[in-house]
Amino acid sequence: MPRMSAMQAMGEAIAEEMRRDPRVVMFGEGVATKRRELVAEFGGARVRNTPLAEGIIAGTAAGAAATGLRPVIDLLFAPFICFSMEELVNSAGKLRYVSGGQFSFPLVAMAMTGCGWTVGAQHNQNIEAWFAHTPGIKVVMPSTPADFKGLMKSAIRDENPVMFFADMPLLHAEGDVPEGEHVVPIGKAAVCRRGTDVTLVAYAKMVPACAAAADTLAAEGISAEVIDLRSVKPWDEETVLESVRRTGRLVVVHEASRTCGVGAEVAATAAEKAFDRLRAPVVRITGPDAPAPSSWALEQAFVPQPTAIVESVRTLVVRQREGTAA
Amino acid sequence: MTDHDPRRSMLERMLLIRAFEEKNVALQSEGKAAGTCTSVGQEASAVGVVSALGPKDRILTNHRSAGHLLARGADPGRMMAEIAGRATGYCKGKSGTLHISVKDLGVILTSTIVGGELSLATGVALSLTLLGEDAIVACFFGDGAACEGIFHESVNLAAVWNLPILYVCENNQWQAYVPRRETMRIDHIADRASAYGIEGRTVDGNDVEAVHAAAAEAIESIRRTKRPFLLETYTYRLRGHFEPDDQSYVDPGELASWKARDPIPALRARLRAAGELADADFEAMERDARARIDAAAQFAASSPFPAPEEVTTDVYA
Repeated sequence: MPRMSAMQAMGEAIAEEMRRDPRVVMFGEGVATKRRELVAEFGGARVRNTPLAEGIIAGTAAGAAATGLRPVIDLLFAPFICFSMEELVNSAGKLRYVSGGQFSFPLVAMAMTGCGWTVGAQHNQNIEAWFAHTPGIKVVMPSTPADFKGLMKSAIRDENPVMFFADMPLLHAEGDVPEGEHVVPIGKAAVCRRGTDVTLVAYAKMVPACAAAADTLAAEGISAEVIDLRSVKPWDEETVLESVRRTGRLVVVHEASRTCGVGAEVAATAAEKAFDRLRAPVVRITGPDAPAPSSWALEQAFVPQPTAIVESVRTLVVRQREGTAA
Repeated sequence: MTDHDPRRSMLERMLLIRAFEEKNVALQSEGKAAGTCTSVGQEASAVGVVSALGPKDRILTNHRSAGHLLARGADPGRMMAEIAGRATGYCKGKSGTLHISVKDLGVILTSTIVGGELSLATGVALSLTLLGEDAIVACFFGDGAACEGIFHESVNLAAVWNLPILYVCENNQWQAYVPRRETMRIDHIADRASAYGIEGRTVDGNDVEAVHAAAAEAIESIRRTKRPFLLETYTYRLRGHFEPDDQSYVDPGELASWKARDPIPALRARLRAAGELADADFEAMERDARARIDAAAQFAASSPFPAPEEVTTDVYA
């Protein structure tokens, strides 16, 4: 299996889908400048630069999607999406419903997110929960190069608007990526590691953080199961609940701020549907309610670290064991 | 349009739109319909432009869309039903008065977000271009939308990408409750066209023949130059922003002067002067329009509401 970065895997997915379906087009700020290979293969009509104007990029994608094309747009950095909320939320997300199902909006909006590149608050904010809360839209946020490829292919083929958030520090990390028709379904989580004492649920960069925490915990005799949600909306309730019912403990980890975050949804679902199997309170480990800092040192303080995950799980399990002993 | 004199057809269509809007206003005042944004006074703009479009052309419009839809041939009954929230409406009752679209007629969008139609129009035109369809997009917006950033973004991108879009600014002098002169230094939005490297023109929006001729020329220019065109129809919103609206904030002199230029009596007078329309003909046309609209209202009122389960259908494809 070839090794490549997530960036390369996404590019491969887009090229394969453009080859497969002539209706797939790509545009955005610098898209044609940075993706010369796509321009060379598919031509300037299908791969286009745009002005630095996120609203019209997203609006153009919505109009094109409603009338027969399958646009992929690159909005660069997630906070820039503030300029295209109208088009994504009011148009792409609502107009299928409002039109009584006459139109659909098969488009993919890509953007980068996540600490680790010291780009600071106006280029870095985890806004996936905004869109999880928005009807008509799907949200994916992969953690491995293979999933970047497989989810991008699914996102392009989906008949609905899909937000594709790429966690920046993951983009250049290499991994094995299956060749050819590798499609990862939207809404299906991956169980990355089996365990019996606690379920760690995460997505994007917090998946490797949970995996590192699980290694440390294993050395202490605590067995952690690690689940990568991969899709934030729809998210895979079934896989998470099945795991929580087995382990009896749940820790949800994300870099986005806590209030009304994805972790709150996962925790509330576990409380509603697996309460009788929980042996400890559900815990959320999240970024703070603060804009993302630029300083490398502050970024590290902002992002949940494996040590915090280990500490939290240790407390949960030890308290439980001590409670049982008493 | 019927096969006789196109001017008579345009008059008939304008009367149908007027009757439709007045019926909605009446139903609203009786508490039988939700509030609505009418386009009373702007019928010449709607009929003049839409009658110049071909059957494959697409339309995107704004919250004052009834004229555009009816000019395109939409069924008044299904429109009334949509406004009344009935299952027989064009959008199964999920749109209401402010967001009606009719795919079969090429009406992609009625946007109630001011300027929303401007942001989607480029994408629709891109589809036409890349899928090889010989058609254009007509995008209707008001002077209010022309003060939004998305107006600049849309026209600029359409100019840069050579997209076949007829931008139709219906400058009706009111931006919700704000008079246009409080928000712009210039009188004519068409003056902005040169800033984007495209052609623009202002036409008397209350003269349906002038609007039709200007739109036809603009469309010819779009096909010839492969550039968008900014057409401004200078007109007036004779009723308030959102019914009910007593228009107490409107200068009575201004309102009276525009009422004197109502596009329907203007065309009637022109046809009468040419000996093409007897008073009895006009009265018969008015009666026919009202009868069609009464039947439409009856169809809407007797149509069922959507089933409660429909509240979550059509969210995802």
